[in-house]
Amino acid sequence: MYAQLIKADTSQREEDAARTQAFQRRIDAGEKIEPKDWMPEGYRRTLIRQIGQHAHSEIVGQLPEGNWISRAPTLERKTILLAKVQDEAGHGLYLYCAAETLGVSRDEMTEMLLDERMKYSSIFNYPTLTWADMGAVGWLVDGAAIMNQVPLQRTSYGPYARAMIRICKEESFHQRQGFDIMNQLAKGTPAQKTMAQNALDRFWYPALMMFGPPDSDSVHSEQNMAWKIKMNGNDELRQKFVDLTVPQAEYLGLTIPDETLQWNEEKGGYDFAGPDWGEFFDVIKGNGPCNKERLEARRKAWEDGAWVRDGLLAHAKKKARRAAQEAA
Amino acid sequence: MTASTENALFQCLLRLGDNTLILGHRLGEWCGHAPALEEDIALANTALDLMGQTRHWLTLAGTIEGQGRSEDDLAMLRDVWDFRNVLLVEQPNRDYGHTLMRQYLFDHYHLLMLHGLCDSSDSRLADIAAKSVKEVTYHAERSAELVIALGDGTEESHRRMQDALDRLFPFVGEMFETDAIDETMAQSGIAPLPSSLRPAFDTQLDQVLAEATLSKPTDDFAHQGGRTGSRHSEHLGHLLSSMQWLQRAYPGAQW
Ligand SMILES: [Fe+2]
Ligand SMILES: [Fe+2]
Ligand SMILES: [Fe+2]
Repeated sequence: MYAQLIKADTSQREEDAARTQAFQRRIDAGEKIEPKDWMPEGYRRTLIRQIGQHAHSEIVGQLPEGNWISRAPTLERKTILLAKVQDEAGHGLYLYCAAETLGVSRDEMTEMLLDERMKYSSIFNYPTLTWADMGAVGWLVDGAAIMNQVPLQRTSYGPYARAMIRICKEESFHQRQGFDIMNQLAKGTPAQKTMAQNALDRFWYPALMMFGPPDSDSVHSEQNMAWKIKMNGNDELRQKFVDLTVPQAEYLGLTIPDETLQWNEEKGGYDFAGPDWGEFFDVIKGNGPCNKERLEARRKAWEDGAWVRDGLLAHAKKKARRAAQEAA
Repeated sequence: MTASTENALFQCLLRLGDNTLILGHRLGEWCGHAPALEEDIALANTALDLMGQTRHWLTLAGTIEGQGRSEDDLAMLRDVWDFRNVLLVEQPNRDYGHTLMRQYLFDHYHLLMLHGLCDSSDSRLADIAAKSVKEVTYHAERSAELVIALGDGTEESHRRMQDALDRLFPFVGEMFETDAIDETMAQSGIAPLPSSLRPAFDTQLDQVLAEATLSKPTDDFAHQGGRTGSRHSEHLGHLLSSMQWLQRAYPGAQW
């Protein structure tokens, strides 16, 4: 009996190895993996973590910008900001749906966010203190998000890739709107210009952190690259972001808070100072300036909303029962 | 148009624009905090529609007034006594039940008003109303469905919806109040008399409340003072102190 079990186990393993190889060949050939296809458990788990984190980031990301909807300076700006924050909720929805195809429900993922088993992007743990932060967030944070996400339109998992295509279109819109706010402030009154510079000073390094720690310290990245869940190295994307953003700051007449920033002819890119990674890991661990407030706000929304969700469900059931009775 | 008709029209447009402005602002306060993602998106949609309508009404109000005030001058630089929204829309969000009940009560008044305005003798108002009526038809359907669902849902949701109705019902009457401004508007065929909309509102209300298993409060006392600006609630001042903060703190700046 025992021998039989071992034998069964071995052939199971051989079979898995063959399937894993075939799976990798499909990815190498640029095929998309769809929900009903066989996939290695690690691939599924990693994707759930990554898509879930991304979805949570969209949802938690509503909070720092939602913070200024009530105070937007004009009706047009208020409308644009409201539409933007609404887009982020929509992104969360697409991404939760993509993750659900991997066998985890939105409610389960929400619970994991709320009890801190799942994370969201560190950037949303920074406070938005002034109207200029709406500019800086759009310009830098949505800008960095695009940099991270454009390659993911080619990721191997079909539902994720398709969600990213829809999301990227809207993100580039957000980036332009943010830049437009900064531009208006930068050419405004001295106080407005100070406001814009102050926002850039506070958001520059947190934005650089959005690409993750240096590749030399980053775990799991090789397997994820092979699976085409991760498409580029962190440092490569960070460099690309800096190279694109520095001329934009110059155009605005704002100063990037990095005295070491310098064009490097040889590499064809800027040399720049990295962020304080100690701070990054503090934020990840829950010690960022707003971690507690962000989770508190999400928990409150979830708990205060329970009676609404329950009420709607109860009514839907009653209605279905009544319809069935009438039909009978 | 005589000067007094013009002034009445200006007031009428402020009433329309301030209602949508203040309610849109209140809905915006939910953004990121709603009970479910779908509700968050739907509330933002409604708020966006209301803000769009506000911009039309207030821009036209500024034109009629002829003092060069823009939509933003009107929204951001008036103080409480110059606001002309009904008291209902400045009521705070409280829980989601209050928010939905407030929305339902306003939507159904709003829809009737817009239907009337579609036939306005002033084509500028009729055009804005025609655009808005499509949006508000959807708002009214959605809020009625939700009031019914939650009234009929669980014991708790029923209790909360009944609380919200009891709390907000005293603000219903003001929407149908009719004064000299309304008389002038009705006589020139510009806008319907608010009091003329009440019977249709009541019929619809009774139907929805019956389906929602909610009881209409028997006391029909109505608070007044929003749409004339004679006495707003304390809530409006706090709302304005957020909404107008930047324009007040940095006078003359462009945003
Ligand atoms: Fe997004
Ligand atoms: Fe994103
Ligand atoms: Fe975005």
